[in-house]
Amino acid sequence: MGFLDMNALFGRKNKSGSVAKDRLKLVLIHDRMNCSTELLEMMRADILEVISKYVDIDTEELNIEISNMEYEQGGKKAPVLSANIPIKNLKKVK
Amino acid sequence: MSEVIVITSGKGGVGKTTTSANVGTALALQGKSVVLVDADIGLRNLDVVMGLENRIVYDLVDVVEGRCRLKQALIKDKRFEGLFLLPAAQTRDKNAVSPEQMRKLCETLKEEYDYVILDCPAGIEQGFQNAIAGADRALIVTTPEVSAVRDADRIIGLLEAHGVSNMQLIINRVRMQMVKRGDMMAMDDVVEILAVDLIGVVPDDEQVVVTTNKGEPASAQGNSLAGKAFKNIASRVLGQDIPFLDLNTNSNFMGRIKRVFGFGN
Repeated sequence: MGFLDMNALFGRKNKSGSVAKDRLKLVLIHDRMNCSTELLEMMRADILEVISKYVDIDTEELNIEISNMEYEQGGKKAPVLSANIPIKNLKKVK
Repeated sequence: MSEVIVITSGKGGVGKTTTSANVGTALALQGKSVVLVDADIGLRNLDVVMGLENRIVYDLVDVVEGRCRLKQALIKDKRFEGLFLLPAAQTRDKNAVSPEQMRKLCETLKEEYDYVILDCPAGIEQGFQNAIAGADRALIVTTPEVSAVRDADRIIGLLEAHGVSNMQLIINRVRMQMVKRGDMMAMDDVVEILAVDLIGVVPDDEQVVVTTNKGEPASAQGNSLAGKAFKNIASRVLGQDIPFLDLNTNSNFMGRIKRVFGFGN
């Protein structure tokens, strides 16, 4: 930890307690959904296939995950499937 | 009205047996008739934690298989009025009993006692299924660690699936010093993650080790913070509105003075 570590000074982001909480939240999303890494991988491949029909995408930089950014769904919190897909060229020349 | 309460956790070693012993004793101290049932067949421990290991003649499996009457297997704790223990069998395994048999046993015990406290084995297999079969309420024990909370979450899901919807959370072995400096999940964090009502927070207390060594529940002693926390849980089980303990250990001189004069906890 550096001499002027602002996080250490003002926040608890780096503290192991909040690391534990963040890790747990993510693990539980997967546990609760019964969603394995293979399933996610299959989903990822399918999404890629569909999208690349229309646009050129950067497969190196893309990121598909089930995140703990929960949103209210009829009063109940639900996990979010988020995809961050950088586009190289908007229109694919046929 | 009698109630069957299962003490469960999923993960082993988080304090199910200690909680069973202490909450059960505290309920008896409040004038209730209580039977502690060790459902951990093959790995019985509630007897040693309660200091009643030398008085076992018959056990739970003997009762279920009809080798003795229920009354013969129940050990009366002479120290606490109204407290009884039904020990587990040590030489058998979880499959020796079925959920249906456990349900029947709980029904029979309910007729005689105000509270039936079931000490559930770790895991989610047969032993767990047996222990929750006859339960009206579950107290889920966890510690502020990722592994314990994760298992607690799984247990909550399984309890719901089995129709046990009345459940509350006990966070055990909290070290306030670590929470304060951010190196342990705070109570709010755990409650937020598990989304279950909190019924008690128990500090990590050396006195629990000391009292368990002697086979005396901490809740029967006046001087330990953990014992006090267990007593409060018993009160909340009884429906009393008790504020949560201030676990900020008053280790400095002024803190101790305050505590002596009753300003602290």
